[in-house]
Amino acid sequence: MELMFAILIGVLYAAGIFLLLSKSIVSLLFGLVLLGNAANLVIFVCSGVVRGKPPIASENMVMLDVPYSDPLGQALILTAIVISFGVLAFAMVLVKKNYELIKSDDVDMLADDE
Amino acid sequence: MSSSLFLVLPVAVPLGTTIILMSLWRHGKLQRRVSLLGTIVHFFVCFLLLISVHTEGIIKIQFGGWSAPFGIVFVADLLSAILVFLTGLIGACVLSFSLSTIDQRREAFGYHSLFHILLAGVCGAFLTGDLFNMYVWFEVMLMSSFVLLGLGGERRQMSGAFKYVALNLISSLLFLSGIGLLYGLVGTLNIADLSEKIQHIEHTGMLTAIAMLFLAAFGIKAAVFPLFFWLPESYHTPPIAVTALFAGLLTKVGVYALIRVFTLVFPVDMFGLKEMFLVAAGITMLTGIVGAIAQRDLRRMLCYLLISHIGYMIMGLGLFTEIAITGSLFYTFHHIIVMASLFLIIGITARVSGSYNINLMGGLYQDRALISVLFVIPAMGLSGIPPLSGFWPKLNLISASIETYNYLLAGVALVVGLLTLYCISRVWSESFWKPQESPKESDTTKALIPRRKVLLYAPVIVLGLSTILVGIFANQSYSFSEESARQLLNKKQYVNTVLKDSN
Repeated sequence: MELMFAILIGVLYAAGIFLLLSKSIVSLLFGLVLLGNAANLVIFVCSGVVRGKPPIASENMVMLDVPYSDPLGQALILTAIVISFGVLAFAMVLVKKNYELIKSDDVDMLADDE
Repeated sequence: MSSSLFLVLPVAVPLGTTIILMSLWRHGKLQRRVSLLGTIVHFFVCFLLLISVHTEGIIKIQFGGWSAPFGIVFVADLLSAILVFLTGLIGACVLSFSLSTIDQRREAFGYHSLFHILLAGVCGAFLTGDLFNMYVWFEVMLMSSFVLLGLGGERRQMSGAFKYVALNLISSLLFLSGIGLLYGLVGTLNIADLSEKIQHIEHTGMLTAIAMLFLAAFGIKAAVFPLFFWLPESYHTPPIAVTALFAGLLTKVGVYALIRVFTLVFPVDMFGLKEMFLVAAGITMLTGIVGAIAQRDLRRMLCYLLISHIGYMIMGLGLFTEIAITGSLFYTFHHIIVMASLFLIIGITARVSGSYNINLMGGLYQDRALISVLFVIPAMGLSGIPPLSGFWPKLNLISASIETYNYLLAGVALVVGLLTLYCISRVWSESFWKPQESPKESDTTKALIPRRKVLLYAPVIVLGLSTILVGIFANQSYSFSEESARQLLNKKQYVNTVLKDSN
């Protein structure tokens, strides 16, 4: 199971970096989205992929039965998703404002004066 | 008042100020006064933290009462405390300058709120003892810097902001990937706990790979070669007060993160990273100074000088002896003050002579003696002229590199110091010494009311005095840096303070 995830993460990183290097500003933005998702998946896989064992203890248990799915890893991913969602929303508005000013989707047109 | 409260206040005070300021966007005068009061209270609180740490040693607070390593801790050793103090100082000074220079439109769209959130994020990043919490404070700081860069909507700002956003988002994503992999490998993200558990991991190849991810992530933030190319493209686009704030604080957060992670979590000597740091430092110094000499615009020149001198701080980290790290820390402290004051003073000269281009400026020495003096002090400090504050850490770093037989690096450091002096003297002769060629009707500082003039000049005078004082009382400043370096290298003290059960 982890192998599939690892391959998926690799594909996401590769696609993200490929899009980052593209000429179109919007593709660059999509590259950042893919990279963000890849990083979140890294945390998910690395905190242990466990099927069907929520970290909830019943009344007479002193400790959780190992293995259980790691809540800390999930908390990290949630925080990272929220942060990257906020930042990407801002980046999108920035791209739109840039388009209004330079009227082009070309990264090379971003070169400033002077 | 318990000293652990002082750990929270440097973050809580600016956050509270931001919340109050958010309701005041349209009330210009009240907003400005609340903002200035907020930075003064913040400075005072940071000063109290420094006094606490200086008298009591390393202090910590556990949030929610959860003991480390399960909960999040804020830890202040002397390095963090001094950096937080300097943040308060720079925040107050740059805010005072911005009260006089930022236009009303920006203020009506939340400039002051963003300013304080940036201060909160920077202080949080300096104080936290947990890697993921550091990621969160980095993002807080980053987000507010994105908006501050773009606030105003001019075309140059938009393009500069986009480059800044793209590169720094990549840095955050690399940081996040490193955190994920490290968590999977070691099982904890508390910095003190990590520094204990790392020694027992046999999988050193994987650890080195993760260390490289962190090096790349923090290297982008700290503007180390070859990761600094976003800085000269974006820092010169916003209003000069914003640039001064960024130049003084944001790259130093990257340097601090590098120092913290590579002394505590991945100690440089254990992982064979010394050569990499030293080479990166050397090339950073050289490319930065060459870039600076090629510039005619004062802001871009100072951006390249900023990059070049980051190389000195990385050099100390790479050499990894106590003297070298002392020099590196002292250099960081001095560099924060000098860079902020240089950007502020060129903001004033641009308002006096109407341009940032050194070819179009001139005659400032004859007409405005105060401005010339205020420029000379940080400029000489940057070049490392004794007795100003730049000389002592440079002496430390060069003697440390000679002691460890890195003669080439010592030579590079000396040459770069000489070239910095050349760069500064060229600015002096072009902008200050040579007589004015074009008429000077564009002096906007004469139109300011006296209160705004005070707000404009006072921060630069304060920062200039700080440079002089740090240089003259070099003994005390050196002993502060030495104590910080000792605390850094003596990991046991930090780890025991964080992990022992209290509260």
